Amino acid sequence: MASEIEPEKPGRRLEQALAAFPHAQAIGMTLEPQPDGRLLVGAPYDERLIGDPATGVIHGGVVTTLLDTGCGVAAGLKLKGKAWVATLDLRIDYMRPSKPGHAIKARCECYRLTRSVAFCRGVAFDDDEADPVATAAGAFMITNTGWKE
Amino acid sequence: MTGDEEKARRDAALERLTLTSPYHRFIGVSFTRMGDELTARMAYSGHLIGNPTIPALHGGVTGALLEITALMQLAWDDLWRRMEAGDAEAYEGKSVGMPKTIDLTIDYLRSGRPRDCWARATVQKAGRRVANVRVEAWQETRSRPIAAAHGHFLMPDAPRP
Repeated sequence: MASEIEPEKPGRRLEQALAAFPHAQAIGMTLEPQPDGRLLVGAPYDERLIGDPATGVIHGGVVTTLLDTGCGVAAGLKLKGKAWVATLDLRIDYMRPSKPGHAIKARCECYRLTRSVAFCRGVAFDDDEADPVATAAGAFMITNTGWKE
Repeated sequence: MTGDEEKARRDAALERLTLTSPYHRFIGVSFTRMGDELTARMAYSGHLIGNPTIPALHGGVTGALLEITALMQLAWDDLWRRMEAGDAEAYEGKSVGMPKTIDLTIDYLRSGRPRDCWARATVQKAGRRVANVRVEAWQETRSRPIAAAHGHFLMPDAPRP
């Protein structure tokens, strides 16, 4: 997961970045930077993303995708678009299945940057943020090539 | 029943198990088997790309492939045991309990290129309540995995013959 975000115009640049990420587009992902520096990502309920047709619950892979994207882009935002990040590892803990028919959201943050590594975490939920579907913790490698010249 | 018929019945059971999930079809994951050992294939498609400038497979999709491979191997092991015991319902996909992911830790080793990807899972321990599984995904070269994961899975309380 890498990101290219210009901090001056986060909204427009985020949309542009998102438009260029095929898989984010494919699942209808939205990205909303928050004033506190965290990032809210989301994906609408979509029948193509159902894991088990008997329950209608969205597959865990979609939750992984949201958390990976959210954490990576949160790191990109904190780096003010001057570098790329690549996921080193990601641990996902699943608390409960998401509710059929409901969008899944995830609030992600990069809580520490070192010279080489961005440390991130995220919480995925549907209706109530206090009742999470899953949590994630990940380390992302900061690459030395920024997206600007 | 001949060996060929038995093989065909088991192949049909595997298809029923692995192809009913819309998400498996969405990311193009299918399975082949050598006896009880499964190999997943994620067929390349443009919408699996995360970062188009490299271009690389989306890490979330690679993670999804690893999780699916672990879950399907666990479910198949259960079906296989029941088929070996002559449980007719196992062939029809009846009372197939799906394990639930408790946690999954994914290590990203190389960036996924825009081509097919394969994965295989090893059940380290299948306990009564929890299973511990390791999974690896690779592209052209088996010895150069692009990602590896280990996870814990809650076993279903499916009826056993």
